[in-house]
Amino acid sequence: MKFLILIITLLLSSNFVHAVDPGEILKDSSLEIRARAISKDLRCVVCQNQSIDDSDAELARDLRILVRDRILEGDSDQAVIDYVVSRYGDFVLLNPPVKGVTFVLWFGPIVITLIGFICLILFFRRQKPLIQDLKKNNAEVKK
Amino acid sequence: MMKRLAYFLPLVLLAILAAYFSAGLGRDPQTLDSVLINKKVPEFSLPPIRGFNAGLSNNDFLNKVVLVNIFGSWCVSCRIEHPFLMELKKKGVIPIYGINWREQNQDDGPRWLKKFGNPYSLIGDDPKSRGAIAFGVTGAPETFLVDQKGIVRMKHMGPITQQNWNDTLKPAIDKLRNR
Amino acid sequence: MIIESGHFVLILSLLMAFLQSTVPMIGVHLRNNQLMAIAAPAAIIQFVLILGSFLALTYAYVVSDFSVINVTSNSHTAKPLLYKVSGVWGNHEGSMLLWALILSGYGAAIALFGGNLTPTLKVRVLGVQAMLGVGILAFILFTSNPFLRVFPAPENGSGLNPLLQDPGLAFHPPLLYLGYVGLSLTFSFAVAALIEGRVDAAWARWVRPWTLAAWGFLTGGIVLGSWWAYYELGWGGWWFWDPVENASFMPWLAATALLHSSIVSEKRDSLKSWTIFLAIVAFGLSLLGTFLVRSGVITSVHAFASDPTRGVFILLLLVVTIGGAFLLFAWRGPSLKTDGIFHPVSREGGLILNNFILTIAAASILLGTLYPLFVDVLELGKVSVGAPYFESVFVPMMIPMIVVMGIAPFLRWKRGDFNKTTNKLKVVGVISLIGGCFVWLIVDRSSALSSLGIALSIWLFSATFVELTSRIKLFQVPLKDSMRSIIRQPRASWGMTFAHMGLAIAVAGITASSTWKVESIQVMKFGDQVKVAGYTYTLKEVRKVQGPNYIATRGIFSVKKGDNFNVTLKPEKREYQTRTMVTTEAAIYSTFFGDLYAVVGDRDENSGGYITRIYFNPLVPWMWAGAILMVLGAAISLTDRRHRVGAPARSANIGTSQVIAK
Repeated sequence: MKFLILIITLLLSSNFVHAVDPGEILKDSSLEIRARAISKDLRCVVCQNQSIDDSDAELARDLRILVRDRILEGDSDQAVIDYVVSRYGDFVLLNPPVKGVTFVLWFGPIVITLIGFICLILFFRRQKPLIQDLKKNNAEVKK
Repeated sequence: MMKRLAYFLPLVLLAILAAYFSAGLGRDPQTLDSVLINKKVPEFSLPPIRGFNAGLSNNDFLNKVVLVNIFGSWCVSCRIEHPFLMELKKKGVIPIYGINWREQNQDDGPRWLKKFGNPYSLIGDDPKSRGAIAFGVTGAPETFLVDQKGIVRMKHMGPITQQNWNDTLKPAIDKLRNR
Repeated sequence: MIIESGHFVLILSLLMAFLQSTVPMIGVHLRNNQLMAIAAPAAIIQFVLILGSFLALTYAYVVSDFSVINVTSNSHTAKPLLYKVSGVWGNHEGSMLLWALILSGYGAAIALFGGNLTPTLKVRVLGVQAMLGVGILAFILFTSNPFLRVFPAPENGSGLNPLLQDPGLAFHPPLLYLGYVGLSLTFSFAVAALIEGRVDAAWARWVRPWTLAAWGFLTGGIVLGSWWAYYELGWGGWWFWDPVENASFMPWLAATALLHSSIVSEKRDSLKSWTIFLAIVAFGLSLLGTFLVRSGVITSVHAFASDPTRGVFILLLLVVTIGGAFLLFAWRGPSLKTDGIFHPVSREGGLILNNFILTIAAASILLGTLYPLFVDVLELGKVSVGAPYFESVFVPMMIPMIVVMGIAPFLRWKRGDFNKTTNKLKVVGVISLIGGCFVWLIVDRSSALSSLGIALSIWLFSATFVELTSRIKLFQVPLKDSMRSIIRQPRASWGMTFAHMGLAIAVAGITASSTWKVESIQVMKFGDQVKVAGYTYTLKEVRKVQGPNYIATRGIFSVKKGDNFNVTLKPEKREYQTRTMVTTEAAIYSTFFGDLYAVVGDRDENSGGYITRIYFNPLVPWMWAGAILMVLGAAISLTDRRHRVGAPARSANIGTSQVIAK
């Protein structure tokens, strides 16, 4: 019963307290900065849309510790991320990778901007002859 | 003419969006398919739980079809699934390995097993989730089906019941054994 | 009895909405004034009925009538009265009733204050608004009825989520809905205009105050939500690009674009199709937000009720409403004549550019928010799209927009004088560059983006200020003439000045708080000291305190800086009895340059001390101040006489079309 309440407490209270514990923080601050940067981009897979840095969930904590352990063992940032992705898939990356399936995602905004630009140019092009007419009319009226 | 088409564009885009939404309504955005399917069992090594001699590692997976079950004494659904696992053990249907996930202290797992029974042939102690993370686990219970060559073939989320055993697990196991 | 009455009048209101959406419109078609005259009273009656229903539900909460399922699930006798009341809309069913109330409220407002609208337009606006009402009321009555009973009534309720027992969050939904649902009115205006087949400057003038009101409320609602997250969630974060947050931000972007586009439509009789399109899109995005929160289609911390059947209903509502509007748009849109023409370098040009950027920003955010769903439905796996994506897409778009925001108000209508404008802005440009360089050299050399952010903030603020001073010809004519001129400036232009300056200040706050936050996490025993951003924090003690429905662990910090500064911060960690939930209440002290922010965490068993998190959040108060200025700008604009009286527009710079005031 106690464990049930504990779990419910954890589940309900998770996600609302910035979760890094003093005990997790690495002594070497440059390594810790790396760990925090990596953690910010890893999604807590048992939560609703948060990074493991922001989540109170147990699994998030274990993943944070895993990230730090791997950094201490000498893994590069990419290697750490690759390990977690090899277990949980691309879903765990809050910054979606640029590959086939996310092509539209990353290039979409650029394409939309270009299309918009073209529409703008077309719009002003259409206006041009009318403006010329208006200028001519104004010039005639002045005369 | 172009102008007319342009005015229809919003409607077309809306229709596409609506199609996606209606398709999405039946789905659960949280369920995570395993990326381990059809790959070798991940590398991991877990010590034994208190009172047992042998732990569990990826070297225990050759020459037989096995189930790997992630459980914890704190997990309510595991308790629900437990009798079924005991049935499987009693009938000798398939060996079941256990990963005892995230126990608060080292006696909780063994005590739970003593109280309710032990369906596992091998158990690994996983207080820091290293085993669970290796398997890409997001909750308990989760069960993985591994074949004779040590390749993960299936992931089952939630408790195993007679129903889903009949529907998905058993047929998969039979298929693997008849190869 | 009261509950049943509440239920009954709700059903009546559905019938009234149905009446209001059909008969008067038929009256327009048949040119029957008596049928048309039904519209306004019907709208008022509809509102009164829904108000009665809402009050009945509120009553049930206030007296803790646990025979009502809605009250049982969401309330508790131990809750303070304010939160019993806010509990009415702190759940799916109640919040939908609030939605309906505000929807009908806006309709009643048109009925009462829309005196200068042409009768046919007024009837049509009320008709469309009523159709929306039919949809929402049907949704409530058939899938989300707050008046369902349970027998026997339980002893007590399951209590409200303690996170919602908070003044900021209590008012966040009503403000947000006043914004979201306000966009329903601009939508109704747009559809009515399409039905009429005419969009003229008068129409744009009538729409503007409602757009301003909706925009103002939406700004307030969003900022309130961010402010709440800032002080409640425990580490000073205030925006997470969560799908539901995005779902409120996109309508805001669309509403901003709509506001500016309608200015062009009103003053220059141009961009009509675009304005109509934006009005439809803005409300469509509001409905989309409603859909996302309540259907379970997307994972989010905000997700209300994940119920696919409700999702189906809302989706149908969305498709019928927006699809119908877009169909009408496709049919009638091409025939909307544009008369005003203008040079690209002109105020219109600037406003078009602003619209362009806002639209692609909204579209990009929409893409990112919905992408996980697309990929999942197409069975291509699962991807997450989080803050990193949105930041890298949204921020670059805002840079040119802020630059243009500084320039455009200087440009004349139709054709701006680029040279004259650049002369005035040269000084501003130089000041901004100096400011940016200063930040780069002195404050932070690691982030060019943050220096750029401050430079842009200085640019926008100064450019807006210079625009005002040049309008009153400060230092070019005698001072008293300038002062006289200032009083005569139209309120709408004050609105612009305030709003743009507010944004500038907010941008500085956003830049600073995102880049230069200082954080310190440690275990402290009583008497331990920690220095954060020049302030010395001493943990004096930690004690247990009893609250109305919780027990709090309260930490007491003494904060000193130099000789003059001495402040006490008392953060808490609260344990609520009914939902076994723990919340953190940060202690915040605001200074001009930033917030001192302290959080007390769990006890550390090994050392006997407590985990403490101490932050310095730079320029955060500037974000809230900037936002308040923006809302103030909208309010000032609203008081402009021209909106209320419908005076004829100045004919000086209008193109070839005439404007007739009614």
